Amino acid sequence: MTTPHVDAESVLAIDIGSIHTRAFFFDVVDGQYRFVGSSRASSTVQSPFFDISEGIHHALLGLQEITAHVFLEESRLVIPSRKDGVGVDQLIISYSAGPAVRTVVIGLLEDVSVESAKRLARSTYCQILDTIGMNDRRKPEMQIDAILQAQPDLLIIAGGTDQGATRSVAKIIDLVSLALQIVQREQRPEILYAGNSTLAKHVRETLSRYTEVLISPNIRPAIDHEHLIAGHQVLADATRQIRTRQLGGLQSYSSICSVEPVPSSLAFARMIRFLSQINNPQKGVLGIDIGAASTIVAGSKAGSLDLSVLPIGMGNGMANALEMISIPEIARWLPIHIPEADVRDYLWHKYLHPGSIPATQESLVIEQAVTRQIIIAALHHHISSYSNTTNGYEPVLASGLSISQTTAGQSFLILLDSLQPNGITTFVLDPFGLTTALGAVAPVNTLLPVQVVESNAYLNLGTVISPISSAKYGTPILRVKIDYEVGEQLILDVRQGGITMLPIQPGQSANVYLKPLRPLIIDPNRKGDTLSFKIVGGACGAVIDTRGRPLVLPADAARRRDLLRKWILTLGG
Amino acid sequence: MIAPVTHILPLTLVSRSRMLPSKGRVTARVGQNVNALDVVAEADLPGSHILIDVRRILGLRRIDQAHRLIERKPGERVEKGDILAQTGGILSKVIRAPETSHIVSIQKGQILLEKSGEKFELKAGLTGTITKILPERGVFIETNGSLIQGLWGNGHINQGLLHFLAKDPLGELNRANLDVTLRGSVVVAGHVNKADTLQACDELLLRGLILGSMSADLLKIARKVTFPVVVIDGFGEIPLNQLVFDLLKAHDKRDVSLNAGWDPIRGDRPEVVIPLPAFGQPPQETSIFINGKTVRVLTMPYAGRIGKIVAIRPGLTKLSNGLRVSAAEILLENSQVVTIPLANLDVLE
Repeated sequence: MTTPHVDAESVLAIDIGSIHTRAFFFDVVDGQYRFVGSSRASSTVQSPFFDISEGIHHALLGLQEITAHVFLEESRLVIPSRKDGVGVDQLIISYSAGPAVRTVVIGLLEDVSVESAKRLARSTYCQILDTIGMNDRRKPEMQIDAILQAQPDLLIIAGGTDQGATRSVAKIIDLVSLALQIVQREQRPEILYAGNSTLAKHVRETLSRYTEVLISPNIRPAIDHEHLIAGHQVLADATRQIRTRQLGGLQSYSSICSVEPVPSSLAFARMIRFLSQINNPQKGVLGIDIGAASTIVAGSKAGSLDLSVLPIGMGNGMANALEMISIPEIARWLPIHIPEADVRDYLWHKYLHPGSIPATQESLVIEQAVTRQIIIAALHHHISSYSNTTNGYEPVLASGLSISQTTAGQSFLILLDSLQPNGITTFVLDPFGLTTALGAVAPVNTLLPVQVVESNAYLNLGTVISPISSAKYGTPILRVKIDYEVGEQLILDVRQGGITMLPIQPGQSANVYLKPLRPLIIDPNRKGDTLSFKIVGGACGAVIDTRGRPLVLPADAARRRDLLRKWILTLGG
Repeated sequence: MIAPVTHILPLTLVSRSRMLPSKGRVTARVGQNVNALDVVAEADLPGSHILIDVRRILGLRRIDQAHRLIERKPGERVEKGDILAQTGGILSKVIRAPETSHIVSIQKGQILLEKSGEKFELKAGLTGTITKILPERGVFIETNGSLIQGLWGNGHINQGLLHFLAKDPLGELNRANLDVTLRGSVVVAGHVNKADTLQACDELLLRGLILGSMSADLLKIARKVTFPVVVIDGFGEIPLNQLVFDLLKAHDKRDVSLNAGWDPIRGDRPEVVIPLPAFGQPPQETSIFINGKTVRVLTMPYAGRIGKIVAIRPGLTKLSNGLRVSAAEILLENSQVVTIPLANLDVLE
């Protein structure tokens, strides 16, 4: 797809994370938007600064060095850019920094409005402290006490289809208004109402005298129809108001941004949805981002969007990760012997120093092991919210330092081990963490993300084919014929129980024919025994994974470590 | 590059704010000398609530009927048994307050009562002098002395006499080292890796424990003990860094206050303060990585080691594990020069 020449503006996107503040510069080069460079600095949302400005300043100083473009004059960002080239035309901010948004969810039916409201809350950095439904056995005063005890930043109220229940919803509003009267004004939560739209006016009139009320389109307009996308933006507005109080400097920077700052999770998801629309909308795109404090999973097919944020990550999300994931589950991925006590000590020590870098081989393999389990946990959490999540996405886009900071082969293996896809898919790596920035820019500049994606800002790690077979280990199960564009041909048999790298170089095109030698399913999404398709080799070429699903690692530790090392070597080490 | 700062200072001016979680009453006054355990402010936490549906109980059809019969106003305090509403007449139906409470709200024919809640008491957290008061919110406290910041704490506050038990920076503390002469003191040791040791400390009614490191396995029990635990250098087997080792050894048998409060979101650190009869300057709260800075290595294999930056390496440096990072050459105390990622250092100021 070629997009038109542009005479438009330079764009600076800043993402404020809990550990790092990253700055991305996009400019028009030869008439097309290009990603020029990025830089990162320590975030300064915490003591002693309690203000995002210092972190942004240092990130921009680094960006100036890398790009040789001047953004600052007397330490102030020049916006819009001047004729002499100093400055930038547009500023966009996304953020994931800040404490979890303490949230109470209130609705009617547990498996209808309450469940939808919980899914909405889980699409961003909310921590659900309590839920109240119409079948809640607690007396009203105990429900009030529960709301007060939670000390919420946000109440999400849902319930009633449009044209549906009003009395029950009105009772919820009465309960909430009683609770709000008890809380000191400056501690009152924001209200996000996402229920029966005929009551929106009543909700606003009743509750706005106590606190800020935001109205979303009904996230459950009919009993069998959920519409969360409408709620995402209003939730972003609510959390932005909360973050403006919590993050010093955000309000000042908002005033010079081209669009209101957006939560990183929403920006990331927006980009995944966009990518699904320009790839194969029926297959969809799955995006995974592992940050320091949280992990985002976003799946989009045919315009839909399933988005969940789990507060586990590689830095200050490590404590939550260790609550959910046992040390043996992590240690099973270690290709070298490290006592479990040392693994535990390392990971809790990492929690104390979330910005630290693994400096030794031992620490690197521990971090790669926990990365796998974090992805597994996040996917499991995502599927529990979106039970119709299936394998079969193509491509899978991954970002996060713990995935991208190593070799392409190890990045590929981390994704393969944790996602365990069925059928055929492609792994794509976002080595610069651009996806969030592009999603944040998209509302004000729809061309920029398209042109940057076209310019190979992402790294194609490679295609993976995962046939499902019950054959014994070592049995030949698949015959692969590779027809290279240059005219050569190669035939090889693939055996059950391993990883086979097909000899397709990065960037090389080849037609691949797969013929089962035993009963098996090559791709559950495609019919027919023999499959053929064109592959362009990624950084790891193309890979056939016949280790079986689910992947079962040997119980014997020595044997398991041998196998893990063998797989690492197969993918280039 | 912004450098994280850890204070390990023999003499400084320590100034800290202590704020209530909600509006309350400041009980201290400017100029007052306080100990770490003294209460400086208090707040009434909301008690539980009782909702009385007057309309339903009295069998009334309309809300306005209920409101006409309610004899109280919002904000009034009522004793148990006081009349809240009654129909009047010969066979009067009466609604009485079920508990001593105050009336929060009267709306839609319902009365919401709030019982008395617990009192929250805010402790000073360090021994010093009150310098400023924020009405209804809290105080600022100052003192001069040694300041040591840790990496992890279990949230408790206390003070006592320092007992330096660490024979060497990685000396393990266990039940055998603890005897009744340590009762009520603040003990310094290199490392703890047994739950039994922490239990023994609790039995001995220690007033605090300062450690170089602790096994992460002990986190649950460390959170449960009744005395402050401050970990200086981290989890695992990490020696107490030499600066803190020397400083605390020099202060053996002095009074020390511990505030083991730790909030990784805000960046609040646990602290050890030893008041001294001298005047110090306020510490530097921010720093950058430049040659000559004293730094501590945060991660293995040199965790806890102190050194000086001799050179910031240009560009990115390839580590033994293949990662490319910004790094510096550090001259350690034993004259060894090592290459450490900048992200794995903090500046000691």
